[in-house]
Amino acid sequence: MTEPNQAPALLELANLTMAFGGVVAMNEVDLTVREGEIYALIGPNGAGKTTTFNVVTGVYRPTTGEVRFAGQRIDGMKRFRVTKTGIARTFQNIRLFHNMSALENVMVGLDAHHRTGALGAVFGMPWHYREERRGRERALELLDFVGISGRADETAKNLPYGDQRRLEIARALGTDPRLLLLDEPAAGMNPAEKQSLQELIRRIRDDGRTVLLIEHDMGLVMHISDRVAVLDFGQLIAEGTPREVQNNPKVIEAYLGAEADAS
Amino acid sequence: MLDDLSNQFLPSTVGGLAAGAIFALLALGYTMVYGVLRLINFAHSEIFMIGTFASLFVLTTMGVTGPLTGFALIGMLLLMLVVSMAAAGGAAVLLEQVAYRPLRKKGASRLAALISAIGASLFLQEFFALVVIPAVFDKAGRNTTGVPRLVDRDVVFTIGNANVRTDHIIVIVAAIAMMVLLDQIVNRSRMGRGIRATAQDPEAAVLMGVNIDNVVRMTFLLGGAMAGVAGMLYVMEYEVTQYNEGFVLGIKAFTAAVLGGIGNIRGALLGGFALGLIENWGAIFLGSEWKDVIAFIVLVVVLMFRPTGILGESLQRARA
Amino acid sequence: MRGDDVTNNGNTAAKSGNPFKLAGSQLDRVRDWWAKAPGWQRWIVYIGLIVGALILPAPWIGAFMSPYSDWTTVLFFPIGIYILMAIGLNIVVGLAGLLDLGYVAFFAIGSYSLAYFGTQYGWNFWATLSIGIGVTAISGVILGAPTLRLRGDYLAIVTLGFHEIVRITANNTDEIGGARGITNIPHPPDMFGTEFLFDPAPYYYLILATIVLVIIFSRRLEISRVGRSWAAIREDEDAAELMGVPTFRFKLLAFAIGAMIGGLAGAVWASQANFIAPTSFPFILSATILVAVVLGGSGNLPGVMLGAFLIAWLPERFRGLAEYRILFFGAALVLLMALRPEGLLPSRRRRAELAEGTGGMGSMGAEVAGPTSDPDVEVSSK
Repeated sequence: MTEPNQAPALLELANLTMAFGGVVAMNEVDLTVREGEIYALIGPNGAGKTTTFNVVTGVYRPTTGEVRFAGQRIDGMKRFRVTKTGIARTFQNIRLFHNMSALENVMVGLDAHHRTGALGAVFGMPWHYREERRGRERALELLDFVGISGRADETAKNLPYGDQRRLEIARALGTDPRLLLLDEPAAGMNPAEKQSLQELIRRIRDDGRTVLLIEHDMGLVMHISDRVAVLDFGQLIAEGTPREVQNNPKVIEAYLGAEADAS
Repeated sequence: MLDDLSNQFLPSTVGGLAAGAIFALLALGYTMVYGVLRLINFAHSEIFMIGTFASLFVLTTMGVTGPLTGFALIGMLLLMLVVSMAAAGGAAVLLEQVAYRPLRKKGASRLAALISAIGASLFLQEFFALVVIPAVFDKAGRNTTGVPRLVDRDVVFTIGNANVRTDHIIVIVAAIAMMVLLDQIVNRSRMGRGIRATAQDPEAAVLMGVNIDNVVRMTFLLGGAMAGVAGMLYVMEYEVTQYNEGFVLGIKAFTAAVLGGIGNIRGALLGGFALGLIENWGAIFLGSEWKDVIAFIVLVVVLMFRPTGILGESLQRARA
Repeated sequence: MRGDDVTNNGNTAAKSGNPFKLAGSQLDRVRDWWAKAPGWQRWIVYIGLIVGALILPAPWIGAFMSPYSDWTTVLFFPIGIYILMAIGLNIVVGLAGLLDLGYVAFFAIGSYSLAYFGTQYGWNFWATLSIGIGVTAISGVILGAPTLRLRGDYLAIVTLGFHEIVRITANNTDEIGGARGITNIPHPPDMFGTEFLFDPAPYYYLILATIVLVIIFSRRLEISRVGRSWAAIREDEDAAELMGVPTFRFKLLAFAIGAMIGGLAGAVWASQANFIAPTSFPFILSATILVAVVLGGSGNLPGVMLGAFLIAWLPERFRGLAEYRILFFGAALVLLMALRPEGLLPSRRRRAELAEGTGGMGSMGAEVAGPTSDPDVEVSSK
């Protein structure tokens, strides 16, 4: 494994607090994800992991603090702009466009960088057809990349559960992200599926993308992550290599101790 | 212009409060149904219209042709009130049964429910124009029906240059009394608790043993009865009605509900009066033919800048 | 005996309760065939339809279709105009999932633009038509920009209010004729050696050509990035936004395009009608077009056109019903929503969305919570 600490920072949360009324979901969190690494965010339920995703993708505007992506401030940016700057995500409870085909789902992701507007489409401009054709090819490639190539024309909601998770990843990859956020991608998967998911995440990283991952499966986390951060009650209580985190007494107390050592 | 303002400000205020009282009563129905079902009860304006005709029916049957006074007037007003509330409340319950319940049972989309509501609204209007009005009142269904004067326009007192008349007082006092009553029912009674619980979280309410069907029925009954009161007061104050009398008034009442914060009972009261005043004050400058435009522009502006209304949304917070 | 009866009843009930489902599977078969049909087969269908439309005004067809009034006139208005408006409203309601209850406001704005510039400045038909379309597009944006961030059902009421604003403004503004309206609106100029005067036939062919063009445009939009974005917005607006779809911009686009088609219909209609007044644009016309879209199957072009045709034609064919038309509309809407909310010829996707009770209304869904309860909305309203 390469030494990732030398790579430049891609995503930085600086002194970030997210409060909803009186409830503080994230409390003064500082966190840095470096280019090209697989970074895992773990912690008990309600620790603020999904909130972190929501803050990064622009769903929430942080109460205080900053979010920087590749050096640029993105907190307060519109959600679709965040996506266009290079952050894509999946959802804890799958949120595909159920009644669209798998291919169309990926096409929606690809459309993030397409330019054809209403006029181009209405008047059948050549660049519109070129974009559609290339989009279709690229979508098929992505479906193949995540391992569901035969399912392009199937309606999303008819896909088996594991394939829906893969399709979500393909849709997110469609937006060509530099940073991919995966929210519990292994939830509900059997060991074999988890194994191939693990490979998929590695291949995504090897493609030159950075992965930020929320996951409850400790085996998977410890196996593929370059670094791990632990959130508890909205506080960042530890950060480091999987080994360091595993041996951190605070973490054992807050989390691993409670859930039994799954690694 | 300034002359107009100083001459007309106080009279417009009185007129605005009377109009606002009726908006507020009608807004209650929208607000309660929206709070519980998240549905714009588009046919609520027809429930109001039924209320106006119920009052008219009382007046015709009792042979009222001119103003009454004393106990005769009070008795007549009470009779109209009871009949209008019963007719409108009953019609609202029936409406829920026929147009919304089947959809609710199927878990249909809210688009479907709203379209069904529009259908029910059109049906009720036409049913009155084609069947009820010709048969019961022996009049052409699509004409405006005049209503005999019931309350003399006696000036009770004046504020500046504004005459406050008996009918103004009846409208405003009756409306406020009804709303206080409703507020008490929703906040104090067991059924009211059920309504608030359902508005907050239908699933939890069911788990807590609330019978949703009863709650919904009761919501429509209460909202309908308030529309009945509005109809009765409207007939007394403006002395006209027709098969589509509720249409524009309904949109305005909905505006009032949004203005106060939809789902919020006290908000409806506040929104109703606010809209009545804004509309009448605005008419000083622009002329009364622009009243409706003023109301709708208020709606757009409110939704743009404060979509949760003056008091904020939701029934369960109505207590605050 | 009784047992037999019960089972029999059960069977017939199952059979008679299912005509919709049966029709649905037939429909799917036709659709599957169409999806796989080679180009030449499709062209045969297209050409057949166009030839059919061209000979439609023939008197022997009219004798059956419209025994009470001139068939060609009926074909132009209401049938042609309703179909054109339904296609436009379908973009807003069916494709983008936005409920517009004041669609006729745009129709009115188109009519008034053509009438005003035609009578006051004497500009020719093509100029006033273009102005009409432009003005409606702008009014669509002006109405949509502040309101499209609202929940779907609020939008419905605001559009209704907008319609009233337009109608009352027309009524109160003497510059555009006030309550008396505008008379002597110029007819279109001669085209292909045909005079546009009082003979309805040229107008029918004009509206037919317009409809064909608009169908092509609408269909191209639907299968492009734009249509995909609309579908995504309908299904899950938040997820769409997070996948890089500028949802607000696309909703505004749908609104503006819908408005333009409404304005186009209004302008063409006014050029034939010769006279318009505020009373020409009642709310019931908006409701009628919405009924057409929903009855036919919102989101599906052939369905929407069928719906518009039926809504326009039935009252003309059965004149005795004309007075009871709106009564039946109302009852039909309630029944339809209870029995077949997806309409007569729904698109497959729409049918699924409506059956789930989720999609179908995009922003109206309960999932997109109210402005205060969900911090999501704070984000989207900035």
